[in-house]
Amino acid sequence: MTGISEVRGVAVPFGYSGVDTDAMFPVSGEAIAAEQGFGAALFARWRSDPDFILSKPVYEGARILVADADFGIGSSRETAVWALKGAGFLAVLAPSFGDIFRSNCVRNGVLAAVIDPAARERVHAYLVARPGAELVADVVAGTVGPADGSFTEELAIDGFARHCLVSGIDEFGLLAGYQVSIDQALAAAGPLPPGTHRITGSDS
Amino acid sequence: MAATLDDGPDVLAIDLHLVHEASSQQAFDQLRQRGLRARCPDRTLGVTDHVVPITNSWTPRAREWAETLLANCASLGIPCLPYGHRRQGIVHVVGPELGLTRPGMTVVCGDSHTSTHGALGAVAFGIGTTQVAHVLATQALLVNRPKTMEIRIDGRLRPGAVSKDLALALIGRHGNLAAAGHAVEFRGAAIDALSVEARMTLCNMGVELGARMAMIAPDEATIGYIRDTPHPPDAREEERWRSLRTDDGAVFDARLTLDAGGVAPYVTWGTTPAHAVPLGGTVPDPGSLQDPDLAERALGYMNLVPGTLVSSITIDAAFIGSCTNSRIEDLRAAADVLRGRRVAPGVTAVVAPGSMSVKTQAEAEGLDDIFAAAGFAWGGAGCSLCIAANGDVVPPGARCASTTNRNFEGRQGTGSRTHLMSPASVAASAVAGRLVEPGSLA
Repeated sequence: MTGISEVRGVAVPFGYSGVDTDAMFPVSGEAIAAEQGFGAALFARWRSDPDFILSKPVYEGARILVADADFGIGSSRETAVWALKGAGFLAVLAPSFGDIFRSNCVRNGVLAAVIDPAARERVHAYLVARPGAELVADVVAGTVGPADGSFTEELAIDGFARHCLVSGIDEFGLLAGYQVSIDQALAAAGPLPPGTHRITGSDS
Repeated sequence: MAATLDDGPDVLAIDLHLVHEASSQQAFDQLRQRGLRARCPDRTLGVTDHVVPITNSWTPRAREWAETLLANCASLGIPCLPYGHRRQGIVHVVGPELGLTRPGMTVVCGDSHTSTHGALGAVAFGIGTTQVAHVLATQALLVNRPKTMEIRIDGRLRPGAVSKDLALALIGRHGNLAAAGHAVEFRGAAIDALSVEARMTLCNMGVELGARMAMIAPDEATIGYIRDTPHPPDAREEERWRSLRTDDGAVFDARLTLDAGGVAPYVTWGTTPAHAVPLGGTVPDPGSLQDPDLAERALGYMNLVPGTLVSSITIDAAFIGSCTNSRIEDLRAAADVLRGRRVAPGVTAVVAPGSMSVKTQAEAEGLDDIFAAAGFAWGGAGCSLCIAANGDVVPPGARCASTTNRNFEGRQGTGSRTHLMSPASVAASAVAGRLVEPGSLA
């Protein structure tokens, strides 16, 4: 995976709080994704509304989503992240995230950074006043602000997540490097008592 | 735990990996692309649950997904419980009831409600599809060590209130992410008094409180539960499980408390599990809530106005099922309410037992006859109306009293309106045609 040290692009003053991963990628999105790719399925139910912010032409090609609290709650579906990324988003900023969603983001090279609620309001207001404005989210410095540097706000990014994003770490390789220790730990724990094969067999 | 990275996550070896058809396809694809085999097929179990229809015939997509899981498992030597197997069911019902989930184990699944297994003292949490691939390939995960949270629930539950109500009361009070980043331990007198199945409901809903994982220390009830599975423990195992207790005086990073005696039967009125109020209450004023904008949107979606008596809200559908509330005790509780009663005219009612084992047991007890006489459709086993990925849907605009875990917009079908409740509350509401407490029926 290619590393990202910054995300630069049009930012959406998304605003919504309590956005669950079902909303990002509803079950009905599967059929859309199969035909047109994951990006087309992002917020599939809401996008049919012309007044929905992501339906507006000015936000076509946007890279950064500035959301409100409790973003990505609910289901562990990684399809939500694939839909965001498929639609072009490489960064989501919000005061709080669902844990599994946030962790899925990192693994797909998408920055999910926590922004203080007051800072979020300032960024949101800036974007609402300038539809189509660009922001720069600096993964290394942990900041976000307009490209002209007129102001910056801090972002909280977990240290390991930052490392993975910036270096484009492939966790497969990282884990495989510990295979000996992993196998030892499993051997010490012993096999599953019955062995799952027996459970599915006709004898049980 | 196999290793710790410098300034980074731990490498956690995984004892049991449960795999279902809705979150595993791309993981198997990733393995194939990398030319990898499954590291520990005998620590992995495939189960078909999300796409199993209860009231409808199989959709082509559902059939394709189910067949793909079976083929993927077969190609890697992973055992599988496909639809039609007498032990098939919802992955979080099947794991514990087969005695696969055991205290002290690490259990993962590409499903957020994997927290359910923590009710047996397992370290259990949901993962994404790429992580499913990691576990298939290495039988381990990179995991940031969670913070710890004690949720102490003392006191005694009132008649009519159950562990689902404890969960909704907690989430309603503290929000969808109150436990984010935390491993939660539920403890206290009210927890000790819960059956293992009731504990599963609570730990299942822990993820709706944002918890990374939720667990309850194993006790005699846990050991008794596993003794009744096809794979009972030996004395040495039981002794080890009894030692899996949090140390006296342990310090948690965070703490919440709840008095079980103050919890009435609960229901959700809005579009997140945090939008919860007692069934005897009213729909709240958005201005009184932590997130007024979201509450306004929720009221619009749910077509409700503040101040409305919850008990005046009429329903079109009722659903009993899901990894939250589809076990035998859940079905017994609902059947107790339904015995000799019928669902209100115009209410479409469905029961989806959580597993074929639960279904068989319920039929042996005659519960299916009670449900049928009451006007409930009966079938199994799978996720059905909790996920609406299987042809079972609540129609647009229809209102469903549901024992499930999520009332998000469109969760039970596009435009569906979900009210989360306990099994007995759903049964009573189906009979009344309104959202009512179990004890309120004449």
